[in-house]
Amino acid sequence: MSFLKKALAITRKDVLSELRTKEIIFSALVFTVLVIVTFNFAFSASQETTALVAPGILWVTFTFAGVLSLNRAFIPEKEENCLEGLMSSPVSREVIYVGKMLGSLLFMLIIEIIALPVFALLFNLPVFSAPLVTVTFLATVGFVAVGTLFSALAVNTKAREMVLPILFLPMVVPIIISAVKASGLALAGESWGALASWLQIIGAFDAIFLVVSFWVFAFVIEE
Amino acid sequence: MADEIKDVAPAQAIAVQELKKSFGHHLALNGVDFRVARGESVVVFGPNGAGKTTLIKILATIMNPSSGRIFIDGMSAKDSAEKIRRRIGVITHQTFLYGTLTAYENLEFYGRLYDVPRRKERIHEVVETVGMTSRLHDRVGTLSRGMQQRLSIARSLLHKPPIMLLDEPETGLDQQALVVLREALRAEDGARRTVVLTTHNLERGLELGDRLLILARGRIVYEGVTASLDLAGLREAYHQSTGVKA
Amino acid sequence: MKRYILFWVSLVLMLASLFLVFVYVPTEKEMGIVQRIFYLMVPMGWLALLSFFIVFICSILYLARRRDSYDALAYSSAEVGIFATTGALIVGCLWAKPIWGVWWTWEPRLTATLVLWFIYFAYFAVRSFAGEEARGARYAAVIGIVGFVDLPIVALATTLWRGMHPGGVIFSGGLAPSMLLTLLVSLGAYTVLYVLLLVHRTSVRQDEAFINSLKARLG
Repeated sequence: MSFLKKALAITRKDVLSELRTKEIIFSALVFTVLVIVTFNFAFSASQETTALVAPGILWVTFTFAGVLSLNRAFIPEKEENCLEGLMSSPVSREVIYVGKMLGSLLFMLIIEIIALPVFALLFNLPVFSAPLVTVTFLATVGFVAVGTLFSALAVNTKAREMVLPILFLPMVVPIIISAVKASGLALAGESWGALASWLQIIGAFDAIFLVVSFWVFAFVIEE
Repeated sequence: MADEIKDVAPAQAIAVQELKKSFGHHLALNGVDFRVARGESVVVFGPNGAGKTTLIKILATIMNPSSGRIFIDGMSAKDSAEKIRRRIGVITHQTFLYGTLTAYENLEFYGRLYDVPRRKERIHEVVETVGMTSRLHDRVGTLSRGMQQRLSIARSLLHKPPIMLLDEPETGLDQQALVVLREALRAEDGARRTVVLTTHNLERGLELGDRLLILARGRIVYEGVTASLDLAGLREAYHQSTGVKA
Repeated sequence: MKRYILFWVSLVLMLASLFLVFVYVPTEKEMGIVQRIFYLMVPMGWLALLSFFIVFICSILYLARRRDSYDALAYSSAEVGIFATTGALIVGCLWAKPIWGVWWTWEPRLTATLVLWFIYFAYFAVRSFAGEEARGARYAAVIGIVGFVDLPIVALATTLWRGMHPGGVIFSGGLAPSMLLTLLVSLGAYTVLYVLLLVHRTSVRQDEAFINSLKARLG
């Protein structure tokens, strides 16, 4: 219980800090809307093409917004070396991972909750179905699980903004493929049965990478 | 193995055996051995790159050694890192504080991580110790460097650590903060704290420590008792053991 | 000594495989002469996977025991692996052109190989990004572990993604005994070659590290 309590203390700290600066959510959100609008120009969307490209646009947008916000996740920990403050506190490295991961998950879900209606409005699509919400949520969990690990890794490298996408995007290929396919089916009004195999892949990815990232995180932040 | 541990406990607050740490091909610590008794203050001098910061980080269990063993209050750093961290307060020239949060929020956060009982009262206590009560609800980023350092001292005292580790704490400290620091190192609840402190400043080191070590190229090259040395004597010893003029 | 044996075994097997591929095995009916490239493509793909498996194992060992030799082995295996992966991609393109009429097709196995290539790339890139050698080795080990665990999911997702495509072009029909023999000998030849390259590369890598440590000591 103490594990979760302390992880949540870290999450709470990140939320508090985000409420002050609005750095991550605000900029990622503006970015998201801009990308959606830009895609609209690029495809001069008619009703038929929209149905075809919409899931792709949605996930390209979320992917880049995610990279953008994950890139910021560990920067406050490096200023004044707060990460060492956390590491010298009586919490395990895994607590730090879970705390940071939950924070990033929350931020990304907030971005999606605001971006989805905008997307629905601009593309005239029914996004508020249980299948689409489920797909988005599960895909985001896997995305952030791996993303938090690589964010902690990238922050210690040269050219950190470039490093994260290069390392991270190949790893989340299964999530992106599955999320695009499953969202397409959900937008087309298919039933749960049609989505099942995609949801299974996303679920497997989530489970495996929550565990793997949890265990290797300590090796990433050690000095 | 068993007698080594018996040997270390219980009078020793810190025991370090054959400590080595390498970064790639660079040996930062090359076989360091020393002990610190309870309530004792040990000052570690040494030129840049001697391994002082590495030593503090390893003692604080932030960093893992490449080989060697560390016991804090008789507990092995490898097996009981979390228990050990509860007994240690760390101060470096970086404050470990978040600039976007207020002083209170920062202390509350660390208070949660350390399970500090009666958190609110304790925060007010430590903030008063460092004389920052009036700025408690200001964002840390808006405070002067010296004030941030004083808050950092308050942060390190929150959980009443019997052992303090300080890595060049005087860097960036203003006069007032230095007074606070000296005060903080002394004692709490009647018991003297155990202190390991690294510094460049020979004069201040002499004044703060009971015993001194000089570290050069990852090894202890000199050990002495501060009471038996004056500043000139220390300068001489430093120069002879490190080859660097202090 | 061991290396000489390996070298000769590898040479003999390689010659045998060339003989089988170009002389012994009959030309496949539907695809014609191009099909012979199959005996290069499968071993390349196999090596890509085998190398990454070795990277995975050595990465775990490196993180657990912190011995530089494990990192040298992982690094060397990854180097052979990225060559094999690049080879598999090129051969895949050469195969795709006459069969499907295009150089590149998002065929599941080819797509998964491309993703594998990017993961290998990340494995090397992270070392140079890390700035410090030991840190680079640690980060690379993390990529080696996470990447390997990712591979089955990548394979699954890409296969399902191209659901319409015939799943087992290669094995579904069952191979004629002569083809199977040729394939097995080729696989054996390339596997021995891999071991030989790995042994040599690892010892060169360790020599490099030794020289670097001497340099560091001399300042």
